[in-house]
Amino acid sequence: MNMLTFMFSLSLALSATLTMLNFWLAQMNPDSEKLSPYECGFDPLGSARLPFSIRFFLVAILFLLFDLEIALLLPLPWAAQLQSPLLTLAWTAAILLLLTLGLAYEWAQGGLEWAE
Amino acid sequence: MPQMTMMGYLIMSLLYAVPILIAVAFLTLVERKILSFMQSRKGPNIVGPFGLLQPIADGIKLFIKEPIRPSTSSPLLFIMMPMLALLLALTAWVPLPLPFSLVDLNLGVLFMVAMSSLAVYSILWSGWASNSKYALIGALRAVAQTISYEVTLALILLSVIMLAGNYTLSTFAIAQEPLYLIFSSWPLAMMWYVSTLAETNRAPFDLTEGESELVSGFNVEYAAGPFALFFLAEYANIMLMNTLTAIIFLNPSALGPPPELFPIILATKVLLLSSGFLWVRASYPRFRYDQLMHLLWKNFLPLTLALCLWHTSLPICYAGLPPSM
Repeated sequence: MNMLTFMFSLSLALSATLTMLNFWLAQMNPDSEKLSPYECGFDPLGSARLPFSIRFFLVAILFLLFDLEIALLLPLPWAAQLQSPLLTLAWTAAILLLLTLGLAYEWAQGGLEWAE
Repeated sequence: MPQMTMMGYLIMSLLYAVPILIAVAFLTLVERKILSFMQSRKGPNIVGPFGLLQPIADGIKLFIKEPIRPSTSSPLLFIMMPMLALLLALTAWVPLPLPFSLVDLNLGVLFMVAMSSLAVYSILWSGWASNSKYALIGALRAVAQTISYEVTLALILLSVIMLAGNYTLSTFAIAQEPLYLIFSSWPLAMMWYVSTLAETNRAPFDLTEGESELVSGFNVEYAAGPFALFFLAEYANIMLMNTLTAIIFLNPSALGPPPELFPIILATKVLLLSSGFLWVRASYPRFRYDQLMHLLWKNFLPLTLALCLWHTSLPICYAGLPPSM
């Protein structure tokens, strides 16, 4: 076991202990009103698994694309130490240019407009 | 280095985790005090001298209150997520050089990015598991905001790493010996600070908990202990982000003080940056959601893309590539 896994387990143990302490110390007195989902005092109307705006989904897709491309750029600090840094620079510029073009396309298509 | 015993591990990690938790507790007090003084109020001043014992009283109150498990929620996910949040918030501190890190990771920066990305899951799953409309909508907003700003955070990190040389956090101290990086890359530093505000869901980007519309955002169904865990995790993340800012842009002191003072100086910078967060919270009204998204996708992202290429080409252009280990 190294320090990292130890810290993981310690943090987990710490938060689990705090949660259990709470469930053990507190006086539990549940009733159906208290346990119903919060909806400003009304009985909940319909299911909470409601459909949501497609915009949020689009943002997630955009994030995926950009994060993937950034993952391609991550070896840059080592790539800059290669025989010819100029080649590295050319490829970096190519990837970043591609990203920028993608962003410009997305922008032009109105994918970045939130709501009209 | 001799093989450490289990006891050694335990003592060292506790010496790391407990001060973080104490600092987080008192950060909440500092926040309430600063906000109250900015609004010409007194703030907490009853419990202990100057209200110094307020965080302890709050903690005790939260942990002896009744925790609620809503009848419609998914029980396991609902209870696990606050634990995950605190687990990630504590573990992400591990590679930070203060000036010695608990675990000296070669890819410390990547580790921190990974941890802060994972924190998204605790928000998303807790909002979904609550099975409440407010919680779900709050979680969706929070997640969209957090993942959007992560894109710029990663690009900014990559740009400054091109000047520092590698992903080890302690190299930033070496790279900045002549001059802080904030001077050479101040546009990045400004965008970084704003993005950390948004990443930690702080005002003016605290849309996840728009009080009037979403009551409290993704954690509306949480009470007592689990809520306290979320709260601790949120403030631990604020301190973490500010420590990272201090390490990346303002690390060793330019005046050359004795190295023994390093932790105190770093802590002072972190405190000043955190007070900046509080000052911003006291000063600015909340953003509208489309403004928040436009700020990132239409302003920060094109700028950071351009600056990333700029920071890659500059060291190559001036034959000033940092040494890589």
